[in-house]
Amino acid sequence: MSRSAAKLTIAELQRDLRAKRRSPREAVADVLQAIDSRDGTVRGYLSTDAETALAEAEKADVSLPLGGIPVAIKDLINVAGHPCGCASKFLDGAYTSTYDASVIARLRDAGAIPLGRTNMDEFAMGSSTENSGVQVTRNPWDTGRIPGGSSGGSAAVVANDTAVAALGSDTGGSIRQPAALCGCVGLKPSYGRVSRYGLVAFASSLDQIGPMTKTSEDAALLLGAIAGADPLDSTCLDEAVPDYTRSLTGDLAGLRVGLPAEYFGEGIDAEVRSLVEAAIGELESLGAGVVEVSLPHTEYAVATYYIIATAEASANLARFDGVRYGRRAAEPADILDHYRRSRSAGFGDEVKRRIILGTYVLSSGYHDAYYVRAQKVRSLIREDFSRAFEQADVLVSPTSPTPAFEIGENVDDPLQMYLADIFTIAANLAGICGASTPCGFAAGGGEAGLPVGLQVLGPAFAEGAVLRVTDAYEKATGWHQRRPGTASADGGGAS
Amino acid sequence: MPEQTIDVKYVANLARLDLTEGEEARFSSQLGNILEYVRKLESLDVGDAEPMAHASPVYDVMRDDRRRPGAGAEKALANAPDRSADQFRVTRVVE
Repeated sequence: MSRSAAKLTIAELQRDLRAKRRSPREAVADVLQAIDSRDGTVRGYLSTDAETALAEAEKADVSLPLGGIPVAIKDLINVAGHPCGCASKFLDGAYTSTYDASVIARLRDAGAIPLGRTNMDEFAMGSSTENSGVQVTRNPWDTGRIPGGSSGGSAAVVANDTAVAALGSDTGGSIRQPAALCGCVGLKPSYGRVSRYGLVAFASSLDQIGPMTKTSEDAALLLGAIAGADPLDSTCLDEAVPDYTRSLTGDLAGLRVGLPAEYFGEGIDAEVRSLVEAAIGELESLGAGVVEVSLPHTEYAVATYYIIATAEASANLARFDGVRYGRRAAEPADILDHYRRSRSAGFGDEVKRRIILGTYVLSSGYHDAYYVRAQKVRSLIREDFSRAFEQADVLVSPTSPTPAFEIGENVDDPLQMYLADIFTIAANLAGICGASTPCGFAAGGGEAGLPVGLQVLGPAFAEGAVLRVTDAYEKATGWHQRRPGTASADGGGAS
Repeated sequence: MPEQTIDVKYVANLARLDLTEGEEARFSSQLGNILEYVRKLESLDVGDAEPMAHASPVYDVMRDDRRRPGAGAEKALANAPDRSADQFRVTRVVE
């Protein structure tokens, strides 16, 4: 046997399985073995169910599009018979899914095998995975640093070769930012591209599920399997799902790449800036033409987002009342005491902060001043993108203004943490799609340095154009093939 | 936007959260900073922009009115913190 299946891409593993060079059972066993030996320090996984995954591998049909491919799942997507805890004490150990989310049903139809729940910021609220109510996940490139968030577990396990691929969710950058900070590929599909049925809702006008992978080709394969209309999610649009791998032409001739002036201003780490500028040069040498564009309302995006997202979260999280599922306080005096104590004991600080902020901006007397105003600014932000996409096919920027920061560095300053999402947030407000792919390494951490991500944004339902750019860039540069050294991640004792 | 600072204790009660004194002090200061930051929206001329509630065109989605299987009582009750026969047992809500 050659390399462990855990180190392979979906496309490579698919070829091996179809040529019978390895079996789905061996592939799943390899991933389980990789988790055992290398997830002890990184701790990207919350749990795995080896028995079920191996049994599903026995039955896998490798002729299907993703036949026999194991996929790690962020802990807010329901997988029947498995725990789903949103990394919250409210649900952890107290909730087992009774049904498959639509994305899981589609993965199963395509022959894939859900394998393991990945850690996250509690209810997807955060940018570092430090808000997990269960455990700390470490960046595989430097275990003193955060993996990004909220899909930090999914990014870490893909980058650490303890998963072939993973699903994450992105409300304001939660797929793209951890992908950038861990050195893998992450794609946030357009609003309405992928069904959210069975995704625990954070902010319903912003949330999307998407792939986190080692290559853009894998993202194309995974997106193709999960995208498309769903009778169980009326916000999922009835748009045809193309074969995204056909967009991966390897060249960018005739493509117009827009550089939003506002995304290259102050506050960007110098190394991040120079790596992204070098990446733009590479896109030009692949045939793309570069134009400067403007997104004039950029400076209002973070404020707009934190009003809209928290407002929606305060409503969505009202369902966690300790009546039908989750933790219930012991011997409550009355129903209000029941609600208050169950929720207060179950939610962490960031979740409480966002529920309070969201309740405030929706409350009588403040609703128009905050919420309605933010919705109007959201229109202006969307119009900015519409105008920019008249001049350019895709927009390019850094994914995150800095490489991964140290664990604990920003925990006491939520506003500073929110500003880490400055380049990713507007895409969710506008409903467009975007991806992050590795574009080099900044000094810091170990000898290998810290990964930096290039963000490529496309108009709604232009995932093919975005993946064409990231795929061509990957083939030309190979940054995405670098892997963290295993020395620091091999501790093994922490679990 | 209102100048008034956030009364964290009052809003937490609306959201059915109990806060410790430490949380109340911490959240008051943190949320005060965040509200100060979002106040920047005040200075923007939004003109006649429509409030945008959805990221994509919204239209009614219809399906055939046919019987479909539901989850059933056992599945619905599978995660109940407390149950009695085929029902959720809840804290008393009437005097």
